[in-house]
Amino acid sequence: MENLKLTDKLSRFIVSWILLMIVWIAFTTSFAAQELLVGVGITAIIAFFTIPFFTCCTLTILSPTRVFYMIYYLFVFTWELIKSNIDVARRVLTPSLPINPGIVKFKTKLTTDYSRMVLANSITLTPGTLSIDIIDDTFYVHWIDVKTTNPEEAQKEIAETFEKILLKIF
Amino acid sequence: MSLLFEIIGGALILIGSIFLLLGGLGILRMPDVYNRLQAGTKATTLGGMSLILGVGFLKVEDDWTWMVKALIIVIFIAFSNPISSHALARAMYKRKRYPLIKNDDGNMDAYKEVSENIKKEDKK
Repeated sequence: MENLKLTDKLSRFIVSWILLMIVWIAFTTSFAAQELLVGVGITAIIAFFTIPFFTCCTLTILSPTRVFYMIYYLFVFTWELIKSNIDVARRVLTPSLPINPGIVKFKTKLTTDYSRMVLANSITLTPGTLSIDIIDDTFYVHWIDVKTTNPEEAQKEIAETFEKILLKIF
Repeated sequence: MSLLFEIIGGALILIGSIFLLLGGLGILRMPDVYNRLQAGTKATTLGGMSLILGVGFLKVEDDWTWMVKALIIVIFIAFSNPISSHALARAMYKRKRYPLIKNDDGNMDAYKEVSENIKKEDKK
């Protein structure tokens, strides 16, 4: 992380500046000139001191296709979250408690830490799965209803929908 | 318009509380810590999100800033909830609370290899 190029550093700085500025406006919820000026100053200072570890991506993350896939991801994710809640409700309300738990592992194609983190979080919130650990590119996932212990099939079953979109974003 | 927002907000709060209730029931009924985490995490994420969004909708008529702040809380819940459940699950495995397995065919617990490696490294 230490030997970044200057242009790389600058573009990371701008990305985190923009993100922090959005958070600032959302917190203050006002467009008065004084508030905005203080916000620009403070977010610039924070973004400058956190260049090495805070930012995930360079300015290319803001290209239209990637932003489109991010919004698409949001919709897919919300749908999966609703599905998983209905799944939990069904299991809880069935008197016989239909579970077949176990831990499976699979390998991911994603390369960056941030995309892996997003995938792990999404896996936790999709039907019947809970990510326990990531070691390099191997995910260990607790599955409430194990259908297969084969890593490739598990990858198809659990992660494929998210992975396809994440590969296009990161 | 005010009635519409009230209906949407009330419906979201109702849905959220139903899912939170089901999550609590899940925590009572599930047999071991991992399954309880599964029920707990999912239900509290969607339940909390829809409850807070419902509050935002109820108040949006008087003050639109409520909605923005509700959205921020929703985003923070979506990020932090899975991370905390992952940390709990991993910590429980390291404390040797192994998951309940019903139909054991030898490789239902893939994480065992990792914890065995850790033990070997500790002995060295």
